[in-house]
Amino acid sequence: MSQSHRLPAGGRIDRSRTIRFSFDGRGYEGHPGDTLASALLANGVQLVGRSFKYHRPRGIYAAGPDDPNALVELRSGARQEPNTRATTAELYDGLEATSQNRWPSLAFDISSVNSLFGRFLGAGFYYKTFMWPASFWEKVYEPIIRRAAGLGRAATSPDPDTYESMHAHCDVLVVGSGAAGLAAARAAGAAGARVILAEQDFELGGGLLLDQAREAWRRTMVEALAAMPEVRILPRTTVFGFYEHNVLGAVERVADHLPAPAEHDVRQRVWTIRARQTVLATGATERPIAFPDNDRPGIMLASAAMTYARRYGVRPGERIAVFANNDTAYDSAFALHDAGANVGIIVDVRKNSLRAMGAHERNIAVRLGSAIVGVRGGRQVSAVAIRARNGGAERVIDADLLCVSGGWNPAVHLASHTRARLDWDKSIAAFVPGTPVQAERSAGAALGVFGIARAAADGARAGLEAAAATGFTSAPAFELPAADGESDPMVEAFWEVKAKGKSFVDLQNDVTSDDIRLAHREGYTHIEHAKRYTTHSMATDQGKTSGLLGVAVLAEARGESIEKVGVPTYRPYVSPVTWGALAGRDVGHHLQPVRRTPLHHWHVRNHGIFLETGLWLRPLYYSATRETGWEPILKEARAVRQAVGICDVSTLGKIDVQGRDAGTFLDRLYTNTFSTLAVGRARYGLMLREDGMMFDDGTTSRLSETRYLMTTTTAKAAEVLAHMEFHHQTVWPELDVHYCTVTDQWAQMSVAGPKTRLALQGCVEGLDLSNEAFPFMGVGEATIAGCPVRIYRVSFSGEMAYEVATPAGYGERVWEAILEAGKPHGILPYGLEALGLLRIEKGHVAGPELNGQTTARDLGFEKMMKKKGDFIGRVNGERPALMAPDRPRLVGIRAVDPSFEKRLRGGAHIVEKPDSKASLGWCTSITRSVELERWLGLAMIRQGPERIGQRLYATYPLKNEVVEVEVCSPHHVDPENLRVRA
Amino acid sequence: MSNYSAFRLFVEGLRNQTGWTRAWRDPEPKPSYDVIIIGGGGHGLASAYYLARVHGITNVAVLERGQIGLGNVGRNTTIVRSNYLFPENHLFYEKSLQLWEGLEQDLNFNVMMSQRGVINLYHSDSQRDAYARRGNAMRLSGIDAELIDRDQVRALAPILDFDNARFPIQGGLLQKRGGTARHDAVAWGLARGADRLGVDIIQNCEVTGIRRDGDRVVGVETTRGYIAAPKVGIAVAGHSSQVAAMAGVRLPIETHLLQAFVSEAVKPVLDCVVTFGAGHFYVSQSDKGGLVFGGGLDGYNSFAQRGTLPEAEHVLAEGVAMIPLFSRLRVLRQWAGVMDMTFDGTPLICKTPVKGLYVNGGWCYGGFKAIPGSGWCFAHTVAKDEPHQFNAAMTIERFRDGAVVDEKGAGPFPWLH
Amino acid sequence: MLRIDCPWCGVRDEAEFKYGGDATVKRPAADGDAESFYRYTYERANPKGWHLEWWHHAAGCRQWLKVVRHTVTHEIRTVAKAGDDVPAPSS
Repeated sequence: MSQSHRLPAGGRIDRSRTIRFSFDGRGYEGHPGDTLASALLANGVQLVGRSFKYHRPRGIYAAGPDDPNALVELRSGARQEPNTRATTAELYDGLEATSQNRWPSLAFDISSVNSLFGRFLGAGFYYKTFMWPASFWEKVYEPIIRRAAGLGRAATSPDPDTYESMHAHCDVLVVGSGAAGLAAARAAGAAGARVILAEQDFELGGGLLLDQAREAWRRTMVEALAAMPEVRILPRTTVFGFYEHNVLGAVERVADHLPAPAEHDVRQRVWTIRARQTVLATGATERPIAFPDNDRPGIMLASAAMTYARRYGVRPGERIAVFANNDTAYDSAFALHDAGANVGIIVDVRKNSLRAMGAHERNIAVRLGSAIVGVRGGRQVSAVAIRARNGGAERVIDADLLCVSGGWNPAVHLASHTRARLDWDKSIAAFVPGTPVQAERSAGAALGVFGIARAAADGARAGLEAAAATGFTSAPAFELPAADGESDPMVEAFWEVKAKGKSFVDLQNDVTSDDIRLAHREGYTHIEHAKRYTTHSMATDQGKTSGLLGVAVLAEARGESIEKVGVPTYRPYVSPVTWGALAGRDVGHHLQPVRRTPLHHWHVRNHGIFLETGLWLRPLYYSATRETGWEPILKEARAVRQAVGICDVSTLGKIDVQGRDAGTFLDRLYTNTFSTLAVGRARYGLMLREDGMMFDDGTTSRLSETRYLMTTTTAKAAEVLAHMEFHHQTVWPELDVHYCTVTDQWAQMSVAGPKTRLALQGCVEGLDLSNEAFPFMGVGEATIAGCPVRIYRVSFSGEMAYEVATPAGYGERVWEAILEAGKPHGILPYGLEALGLLRIEKGHVAGPELNGQTTARDLGFEKMMKKKGDFIGRVNGERPALMAPDRPRLVGIRAVDPSFEKRLRGGAHIVEKPDSKASLGWCTSITRSVELERWLGLAMIRQGPERIGQRLYATYPLKNEVVEVEVCSPHHVDPENLRVRA
Repeated sequence: MSNYSAFRLFVEGLRNQTGWTRAWRDPEPKPSYDVIIIGGGGHGLASAYYLARVHGITNVAVLERGQIGLGNVGRNTTIVRSNYLFPENHLFYEKSLQLWEGLEQDLNFNVMMSQRGVINLYHSDSQRDAYARRGNAMRLSGIDAELIDRDQVRALAPILDFDNARFPIQGGLLQKRGGTARHDAVAWGLARGADRLGVDIIQNCEVTGIRRDGDRVVGVETTRGYIAAPKVGIAVAGHSSQVAAMAGVRLPIETHLLQAFVSEAVKPVLDCVVTFGAGHFYVSQSDKGGLVFGGGLDGYNSFAQRGTLPEAEHVLAEGVAMIPLFSRLRVLRQWAGVMDMTFDGTPLICKTPVKGLYVNGGWCYGGFKAIPGSGWCFAHTVAKDEPHQFNAAMTIERFRDGAVVDEKGAGPFPWLH
Repeated sequence: MLRIDCPWCGVRDEAEFKYGGDATVKRPAADGDAESFYRYTYERANPKGWHLEWWHHAAGCRQWLKVVRHTVTHEIRTVAKAGDDVPAPSS
């Protein structure tokens, strides 16, 4: 029968609509307002999963995010979500859920035989075996353990949904919308504070949702808050962490209650909330009592049973027994009774209870001073065994639902994240937040103040205080619910019924009280040790319901108070947070921003094959047919060596440096001198870090007496600027110098090759490009195609070259004009690969040589270190180990064999003999050469310069390759620098 | 104290586990020891273990401020590997890896060392060449390394995003002998092992001062009284600066925060350890099913042992970028450890200017994998009063001399290593 | 998430800043010896407590700032301009 356990009336569900859903392939019906758990219970389904270790049957245990048991795989395909709590999953049309960790079926799970061997599988048993023979761990034991572990299965394809991050500021953040939270938010809002009210549930009200008598007040409060323009209400939002500087993280489940997110909408959204004050009105969580087989389906927290009856109109059992150590369980029993369920007995460990009278009025038997000592039934409770605490006979009573209440734990997690101490409150036998250390205060049940009216009053107090702390001191009063005989829960600290059998203190991870005692016996007596040894409190519920139970068992074993033992440190996240939600939008192609040069679209139109270099997208080479291999690269490089080529070098860092002391500043930044540079000239410079290692290089030009234009490598542009700012602002603030990055303001192109002058003369106006008028390292201004350009006669390729810079917007026009003028001379655009090939042939250093491990001397630049005057890295660069003669130093290497058969590779090591193991250095940059028609490159070799002319071997054991090489000067091309000066 | 074995488990199962006793004793401190090791973390316990095991020095106390094993050894991402570039590092870490390989049998404690393979992904030719330089260096030193292409990576870790990523994967450097171990078990196993050899492991004993006689150490002041020893080893990574300062020694170390995370347990999806080459992200799946992962440092000095939000968002974004199907999993916990960061990313296992005082620290964020090797080398250094060749480069003086061992080339900025 | 009250820009998120390390060390004069440069580059107090440190407002005003921050709680006590005289805190 459909919804056999639905009460005829009542609850907050919308009975006018029916929703169809499936569990393990079977169809069921429920109503809007149901959770998956309430709908399953309405259909009489109790068995929903299997436990982690023993594969024992597990039922629905709680009614909210604290449930340790009712974990299912929700949805299917790419949207499959493992370990989803049925108790928080809102029902929607077509919902599909599957039980986990069972095979072949939930009812018949082969691995449940683990339970039979349970006596041998005590806490930490795996630390004591599986060690012989050693190789069996990876091959035999571990694969079995791994297969058995885990609960649900992850989706096997990428998540189709998107997520986003939101940032918010508020005066007062209120977490939780029970009576305390609503009152706090209203008080703060009425005072004029900007308020955010976050509620993890889809309805506001917390415990009020179970209190029909106060529904009108709840509604008034919600309406009043909704009407306040400075109050933002975030339902379905879990505040998961309280971080430093009063920043809190929250996740809003925007679309989890729908079959799929609306088009263009996100599934979840993470809020980073900067709250000036926070009110934690997070309520309290009911906790269980340990007794044999306390994990059976049909055993449920008493408050959960009440929630199913009152909020969801579900009769969670036919014959109900209650086991408690406090008064609140009576409320649950009465609620179930009043809703039409058959509550047979309340077993109360206490000697008396003022609420017993109410039970008698309802014909519910009360057994005081007694305890549940066991249950009957395998996949479902069928009866409970009761015995008086002072002994006597065991009595068995039929029951299909046992409601348990071991008292209440204030939800102190967020307060604890702030490092606030937790204080033991004897009256409720629980920890409550101690003195706050960040801008927060707890209110209501979260502070140990129980009862709706008392919590509301406490919440109003906290809201006013929080508002006042942010400067909003006057608040109009509003109506609070009247107190009607509310009292404390009257908890007797009672944690475990000592009787034969497995009494669980962690339901999901199958940790028993005996496991805790075993840990204690073996010396794992500290709570953190016991937790880690037994895995107690480490499941997906993080011990929310039963964490304190384990502590209590340990405390008893130690003979110490619970307060002394303490709880393990609470860490974010309060409830597990979807990975994708925290990742937000910065995934896939959006992981990092993309930088494109001003010429990017030209490269795209002209078949550039692109590569990510850091954030930049740069053309590697150009090929209409998208051919691969060396041919297109060699063709471009040959054009430069034999005719003329043009390359986009806009990514070079460019810093405009101005001021009276600009030259002095550069002298201190570079190892060589710039203050003596003539106006209209450029000079190559080296920069070191303060530890003496190479930092950056590039050419810097003097544009006027007081103005320089510095270029940096692409990779280090941002770091160089910060380095300049640091030294100027903190070390030499007296220098009169100003500087600014202009990298993105300029399109820059290198035109190189023996026919460059001819090509440029066809388009450059206003500048005499002849060698006499504009020699190597000259700088001048001109126009090309009517666009202003600055021309630098510098070369990276070793050929005659001019770098042309123009304001970014003119980039394409100038580039195309040069191409047009170069056409008769055979100009070709060349990409990053040919650029690299050419610079390696010429012996210019780049990233692989400037890797932070090399000094200027290592790279052969000792002559560029000025002898007089300060510069960064000067002193540390002369430390003895950095001056040692046997440091690897830069040289060139060439394959002895001129065929291209045996290739050289970057990352190969240099050794004396083909089979030597002693590395003399390594190959930094390797290329096929167009100039010498063989493999060649640059290498860092111990005593490299002294070895020029030697035959050594480049060994690459990763591919079992050894290539004979000759050590030579790094300048494979034109070592006399004739071409660049031609 | 009896041996652990399958037979013993069987017997104890039959008698309700009542025969198990403490894994390590809880002794009172003696007035003096031959060697005091300050710090009951992985490195301190390993040092004491190898002092007794290799050098026969058993009159040793490990002094732990709180409880053993709850510092970084209990807070890391459990990765074990020896894939370093420089011989100064990889010979040391290889020694450590070899000790890991026999650790369970040596300790009679299953630390679940699992050689599932570690892949460092590369995303560009230059990154490939840098990894090749490292892999070739390892191979020349006899350490296993393989440079694998995209298809080989795909065979090992099919769930990576190969095609739709911002930085497509080109291949990886694989060390098959690398893997993971159960971090807590390492501390417990070493404690039990050291204890069985006679070492006193003294918990709740905070060192409050180091007593010197001239240029020699003579003992330590503790919250449980003065304890004399001619040799004192400091193994308190995270707080090395504070403890060394008690003897007037300044260390080239800054303390930084490194976060770690674990997801909910799911059925196996990832067999090996994978590190992302286009950012800071590394992940493995534990035997329990949780994905254990981490990222870079938060980037400013910190002793907080507390996770932060912005770095978590970065790490998780890189995780989804690398493995998109992680997106729908849930992250259970974030936490943080405090790292001794040196100025070149390489640790310190060395003598100090104070005679008889030794330092083991500066583990940056590679401390876990080093535990057995570090203990072995530190024991050697303390016992012989001179370093073993494996830790000869790991001195304080290297910064003064310029003989830094800077794998990343990041320079004297501890937070960048 | 740290929130740093930049004296030029107001309160801004950590994401806008880059850390620059100990701000108590001073670069030796041009004639400083090897030892002084070694200390400047490699010796840090590394306090567990209040720490005077550099932060660069990289995604803001590009100014280097002196910040006094507690290394355990991350609480920030002072944010000053680069040229301001901020005494080294005793932690």
